Amino acid sequence: MADTSLTRAIRWDTVVGALLIVVLLFSFGFVDGFGNALNLSFLIGNTLPIALIALPMTLLVVSGEIDLSVASTAGLSGAVMGALWNQGMTIETIIPICLLLGVVCGLVNGLLVTRLGLPSLAVTIGTLAAYRGIAQIVLGSDAVTDFPSQYLDFAAGRIGDTFLPKAFLPFLVLLVIAVIALHATPFGRSLFAIGASEEAARFAGIRVKRQKLILFTVTGLMASLTGVFWALHYASARYDNATGLELSVVAAVLLGGIDFDGGKGTLGGAIAGVFLLGALQNVMSLVNVSAQSQIVVTGVLLVVSVLGPRVARQLAVARAGRRAAAAPVSKAPSPTP
Amino acid sequence: MTHPSTTGPAPVLALKDISKSFGAVRALRDVSLELLPGEVHALAGENGAGKSTLIKTLAGVHRPDAGQVLLDGEPVVFHGPGDARDAGIAVIYQEPTLFPDLSIAENIFMGRQPRRALGRIDHKATHAATAALMQRLGVELDPDRPARGLSIADQQIVEIAKALSFDARVLIMDEPTAALTGSEVARLFGVVRTLREQGAAVLFISHRLEEIFAICQRVTTLRDGAWIASEPLAGMSEDDLVRRMVGRDLEELYPKQEVEAGEVALSVRRLTREGVFTDVSFEVRRGEIVGLAGLVGAGRTEVARAVFGVDRWDAGEVEVDGRKLTNGAPSVAMAAGLALVPEDRRAQGLVMDMSIERNIGLSGLRTTVRAGLMDRRAERSRSLDWAVRLQVKYARIADSVATLSGGNQQKVVLAKWLATGPKVLIVDEPTRGIDVGTKAEVHRLLSQLAADGVAVLMISSDLPEILGMADRVLVMHEGRLTAEIPRSDATEETVMAAATGRAAA
Ligand SMILES: Nc1ncnc2c1ncn2[C@@H]1O[C@H](COP(=O)(O)OP(=O)(O)OP(=O)(O)O)[C@@H](O)[C@H]1O
Ligand SMILES: [Mg+2]
Repeated sequence: MADTSLTRAIRWDTVVGALLIVVLLFSFGFVDGFGNALNLSFLIGNTLPIALIALPMTLLVVSGEIDLSVASTAGLSGAVMGALWNQGMTIETIIPICLLLGVVCGLVNGLLVTRLGLPSLAVTIGTLAAYRGIAQIVLGSDAVTDFPSQYLDFAAGRIGDTFLPKAFLPFLVLLVIAVIALHATPFGRSLFAIGASEEAARFAGIRVKRQKLILFTVTGLMASLTGVFWALHYASARYDNATGLELSVVAAVLLGGIDFDGGKGTLGGAIAGVFLLGALQNVMSLVNVSAQSQIVVTGVLLVVSVLGPRVARQLAVARAGRRAAAAPVSKAPSPTP
Repeated sequence: MTHPSTTGPAPVLALKDISKSFGAVRALRDVSLELLPGEVHALAGENGAGKSTLIKTLAGVHRPDAGQVLLDGEPVVFHGPGDARDAGIAVIYQEPTLFPDLSIAENIFMGRQPRRALGRIDHKATHAATAALMQRLGVELDPDRPARGLSIADQQIVEIAKALSFDARVLIMDEPTAALTGSEVARLFGVVRTLREQGAAVLFISHRLEEIFAICQRVTTLRDGAWIASEPLAGMSEDDLVRRMVGRDLEELYPKQEVEAGEVALSVRRLTREGVFTDVSFEVRRGEIVGLAGLVGAGRTEVARAVFGVDRWDAGEVEVDGRKLTNGAPSVAMAAGLALVPEDRRAQGLVMDMSIERNIGLSGLRTTVRAGLMDRRAERSRSLDWAVRLQVKYARIADSVATLSGGNQQKVVLAKWLATGPKVLIVDEPTRGIDVGTKAEVHRLLSQLAADGVAVLMISSDLPEILGMADRVLVMHEGRLTAEIPRSDATEETVMAAATGRAAA
């Protein structure tokens, strides 16, 4: 029975945004090799896959669902891309096929969740294994690297001498679309309602299952797009591309203040979470923290990000409670109007 | 500090100069109250007057900002509902708080089930004790079924059973009867009378004044968080009580306008949902208010849910304004001009985490749109407009609906659906938990809507409300429509006879 009017006292997404700025400023000042354009472009380029998938993942978590199969879908899409390329198909035909495959992967998740009523956590842990397995069947242990140079250049290059990767602009476009979809359309509004109370959403005439199916499908599409980007960015299509990426995505999204129980959060917060995680990983690499230790840090962040908003809320309530207790209200001279 | 009264019995439980604020809202100001053993004490006041806050303060849910709670004359501090219970105070809160995945019996005996050897829970004994409680209340509820899916009325019954199971010295009930019909209320009152004769003190809240007069000896009235009076009910009239609560005389409670019925707007034909209701057919015309009466569990709510599309039907068809509705598709029903104000405002009517503005806005996701985007200005003015028209008492329109009093939450649900400008309006317990003044307001509104050509189907457990407002009364009994009674013939007797299946069929 918390006093709910007080819970918005601290906004977690603002906290994360501020934290991001602090980390960036600190790194500029104190971490060798952080501030140059090349490193910054690495930072952004390496973070883009997380960011791309974080867009639909945010919407999904807001609506109370999750998709853990995204990294496998990305891997599968990269593997199919490599296999078809080996067959001699043109890249212009391959990419649409890969994206279509992503749509199918997402659709399968969505149908299992909405038609069979299974929890998405369980469904997508299953397809996480299944999609990765298919990827391995498709490509074996090959690594395909000889994609056309203009594509490789687009995925890995920078805009002139700036620190911005060429792929950053398309990402910005997608980000704007996602922000609008979540925060300015009836669709986005309905996702918050679904996440906060699915039953009330249904009683408001919101087509809960359809909205969820759309979300899972778009998530599959974005995951496969990320898979294509990944293979080109690192000039390597392997079945195990992007393994474990789902952990980073989920950690970043939760870190950005998207409530795991659904119904709360902003895309701004989620993206701040993504780049905070990206910046930390970049700095850890620069100071030679091993990859394994980086995963530990990601895991810790995941726990912190689930706890953080809750603790912040509780602190806010507790503080307000003390304030109320300290205020002498019993003998106020006149009633408030 | 304590002044045991020398004239009568000493109060079991008392509040002295209690104040409680939520931010800028001063929910209670210097309120005092004494509960005597062997009395049923009414707590009266409009929506938002502070009744539930007072109860939560008594029960240790809220800590008072100032003032004292006295138990047997001694000041006590309850740190939570558990403390109050240990002190012999059983509380039924306004909103049921059952665990959906536990059975009814487990809910009632939560944490204190009868044990067998080695601390194992004695399911047989739990079951039997629950069945006995249900029998005392005269309801048929399977102790082993899960709480999930229980109607609001049944949930309230379970809460009542739970409170009774404590054998408490003090029983506090916040609108326990709001969703109950006459016969369940009569049973409850029977039990309450027995408790009173055994010396228990009972604090009772209801917006149905006739219930207060039927069961209570004294009444304490609150207005805007302030104590107005504590006095015996003997010699008071309903009007006196209303004047205490509202501070003025009340308008007509059932301002029914005579309206010429137009063409058929809602037509339900042979609707069946297996095991729930069977072969239900009726029509509602434009300008009509049709009452749907029946006992708790007769299937009224279920019919409404199926018509609106949140549940599927197995056979039959539904037409709104000549358009056939799709089975299980609320969005289609809404597009055809149907609106449903559901019975359970907290689970179905509202998204508790959202603001008042957005909750009302949820029914307008298709209309407050410009170029595919939410038109926030239009959304805000639509929400404000309806919140004001229904006189919702709130601090800011952007506040979470969870901060509103029960009755005001109900008004937000009404606002949400009236804002859609429906052709057919189904209201399930539209005035559950709404105070008399606002009740009259809601009735006037429904009457006005009908006059404007809306077809209204009103489900209500409040029989006087049905009799006062309906042009025709449909009565359901055990999943079937058993009677259709025109306004001129509808009396308490005819409706109750049909509802209990005693009517000559
Ligand atoms: N947790 C809370 N946070 C903020 N305001 C609250 C909270 N709980 C109650 N209030 C406010 O305190 C006032 C009294 O509310 P309360 O629920 O006690 O009214 P009530 O008399 O029980 O009304 P009703 O008949 O509608 O149930 C209202 O203005 C309400 O908005
Ligand atoms: Mg109340």
